[in-house]
Amino acid sequence: MITLNHYLALGALLFCIGLFGALAKKNAIAVLMGIELMLNAVNINLVAFNHFLEPARVTGQIFAIFVIVVAAAEVAVALALVLNIYRRRLDSNIDELDWLKW
Amino acid sequence: MPDISTLAFWLLAAMTIAAAGAVVLLKNIVHSALYLVLTFVGVAGIYVLLQAEFLAAVQVLVYAGAVAVLIVFAVMLTRRGDIRASNLFNINYLAAAVVSLALFMVITMATGRMAWMATPGQAPASNVGAIADAFLGRFAIPFEIAAVLLLVAIVGAILLARGGKEEQ
Repeated sequence: MITLNHYLALGALLFCIGLFGALAKKNAIAVLMGIELMLNAVNINLVAFNHFLEPARVTGQIFAIFVIVVAAAEVAVALALVLNIYRRRLDSNIDELDWLKW
Repeated sequence: MPDISTLAFWLLAAMTIAAAGAVVLLKNIVHSALYLVLTFVGVAGIYVLLQAEFLAAVQVLVYAGAVAVLIVFAVMLTRRGDIRASNLFNINYLAAAVVSLALFMVITMATGRMAWMATPGQAPASNVGAIADAFLGRFAIPFEIAAVLLLVAIVGAILLARGGKEEQ
């Protein structure tokens, strides 16, 4: 029998893999991939709570759809930023993006 | 003999986690992007198991379709040097691993000792109808704001990616 805790553990594992990717990668696009994994993990949690705790309403799924909308907007703007930085610096290594450091 | 949904959960969970691990661990960023698509499809399968069929369709369309294509485009437009070593770890990877593992243990311990209380109720027969009612009723204003947000993001992305005048 699969319970809510199984889904929460799956979401936690996916979130932590995404967090590791976002923290430990050099390439800016790989960092974005990690962030996408984290957002997906959050969505799994929302839908699982909806399914197990409040099945009569679809509030969790609505939240997940809003998360997907914001994630799509985020990834579009972020990739445009990465392209712009690459055009100026010929590099997408985030260790090199230290213009604001003195 | 485990029933079919239990088996499907373990298969989908294993596939999703393995693909996510491949996204993070592989050295070639094109392979990472393709495994990211596999992860998104696995999550869509999880949604089907949770009786969120509409959300599964949205997940496949938006994530496995649009976001994945965007990411592959960005990879192709920014690559330089050896593609086989395009997705390396930075110097903080040990600290990142420790932080991620610690967070995972904290989350699993915290959720393990929670006593969840379910409100009784029956899931609506048609998810799509319930979601449509919510979007055009209770959540009408957030829905419209989300539309404006998407428009702003599209215009901003076009402006940024087009670039300004050459600086020379």
